[in-house]
Amino acid sequence: MKHSGRESLAAWAFAAPALVVIALFFGVPVFAGLALSLTDFDIYALADLRNLRWQGLDNYIHVLSLPLFWKALGNTIYFVVLGVPLSIGVSLAAAVLLQSKLVRFKPLLRTALFAPVVTTLVAVAVIWRYLFHVKYGLVNYTLQSFGIDPVDWLGDPHWSMPTIILFAAWKNFGGNMIIFIAALQAVPHDLYEAAKLDGARSWSQFRYITLPGIGPTLLMVAILTTAGYFQLFAEPYVMTQGGPLQSTVSVLYLMYEEGFKWWNLGLASAVAFVLFLIIVAVSKGLIVMQKRLTGVEA
Amino acid sequence: MKRILVNALLWAFAGLAVFPLVWMVCVSLMPAGSASSLPPPLLPHEPTFAHYRALLGDGGLKRAFVNSLGLAIASTLISVSFNTLAGYSFAKLRFRHRERVFGLLIAALVIPGQVAMLPLFLMLKGMGLVNTWAGVLIPSMAGIFGIFLVRQYARGVPDELIEAARIDGAGEWRIFWSIVLPTLKPVLVTLAVFAFLGSWNDFMWPLIVLTDGEMHTLPVALAALSREHVQDSELMMAGAVITVLPVLLLFVALQRYYMQGLLMGSVK
Repeated sequence: MKHSGRESLAAWAFAAPALVVIALFFGVPVFAGLALSLTDFDIYALADLRNLRWQGLDNYIHVLSLPLFWKALGNTIYFVVLGVPLSIGVSLAAAVLLQSKLVRFKPLLRTALFAPVVTTLVAVAVIWRYLFHVKYGLVNYTLQSFGIDPVDWLGDPHWSMPTIILFAAWKNFGGNMIIFIAALQAVPHDLYEAAKLDGARSWSQFRYITLPGIGPTLLMVAILTTAGYFQLFAEPYVMTQGGPLQSTVSVLYLMYEEGFKWWNLGLASAVAFVLFLIIVAVSKGLIVMQKRLTGVEA
Repeated sequence: MKRILVNALLWAFAGLAVFPLVWMVCVSLMPAGSASSLPPPLLPHEPTFAHYRALLGDGGLKRAFVNSLGLAIASTLISVSFNTLAGYSFAKLRFRHRERVFGLLIAALVIPGQVAMLPLFLMLKGMGLVNTWAGVLIPSMAGIFGIFLVRQYARGVPDELIEAARIDGAGEWRIFWSIVLPTLKPVLVTLAVFAFLGSWNDFMWPLIVLTDGEMHTLPVALAALSREHVQDSELMMAGAVITVLPVLLLFVALQRYYMQGLLMGSVK
């Protein structure tokens, strides 16, 4: 072990640049954010730090008493509750279809299905705004040819969030699809053969072999997608600016407005931490739910 | 029968996935105003590059394109270097507290970046880095996910290879540079694709840090443009093409690496 001193010195030197960046520009801000959320940091403190005061949990109490916060949380939960199952459902359906031995041109189809994932969100949000245009949009035009009255997709508070959910599902499903494809390939093939001999139909094969087989992947995908969807921001920023009637204001959108538009950085930090706690709680909840479900089935 | 059904379903799926992108290109080639007619036209009757000329001329998106490209290249070079060095160190070099530090990094993965955003902005403001290239680059210079990816891959490098080089008297840097690095090539490409796409597509952080219009990146400039030019759908579509096409081409060229990275990240 003559080299071990040199080795560990080299190890720290190699890891240092990345660790310093992460500690300084992620670690420190996270703790600073926690501290910030306990102060009344606003535009006056921004001008002169002497205006800064500790105020304990006041920001959190203030956040929880803001009607707009509850509205934003409601909107975000709406987005998550509808958007996550829709996205994952589409991902899984696409993955199962792509796995079928009957399909030709697989690589081409896979690339096409995956393409939306790598596109720039702002740019494709612009496209969707025109597709869903109330007057000249192709969606309304198509619906009209089926005799359905035009819908003001992004201008009607009842439809704005569903439109954003559709958009998010389109944009994101390809990523989870790739993960599901890998998980499906890992399900033992002889299980399907046995099921076929027993006369199991496609649906029961899916229900009793595929789903349990990819269970852990499904849980991981659900947690990651849920955590990601709670961080809804760019879609409403570009497509609706939070409107109409605040129907698409998300928690993060509220944080952005409070922090970078009104410079209430203390309050905005509290919003960020409340969101963080919600994400952690929901992730834990999903894990517990999965344990219960598999416990019952096993 | 089932074969037809499965194939038809899949082609319909794929069609829906790429239709908005194809339509974007078609509309971007239409003369101004012609997309706003009924029935909505699908194909340009008289294709024109006028919108591209307008956007890539002065005062359009040319500036933003150059900014985005420069930032994406810089962020890719820096983050790939930093993450690769750290990932290799965590995978192959023995040092005290290695597992503990790595565990801490993995635990930190659950913290959403937005929690750090406001204080980071204040920090950079204090350092005079708001509205500078350094300010945009800083959060993307290293990433936990990237370190994790390299570590997973580097663990596959045989220990004997490294030990043999040590016995031959090679220094740690030599070993890394001429023995380990060549074997890491695939994961380096994966990392680079992720970093480039991440930087190119990033919206919220550049929106916050770059207040000067001259310094806007493509997504920020496009968002600003779309607020001004709500009615000019053809122009906006050309802007969307300019923004999306580079990353789409990069992805199609290197998709094998991209998807591999996605899988390595998801399978522990």
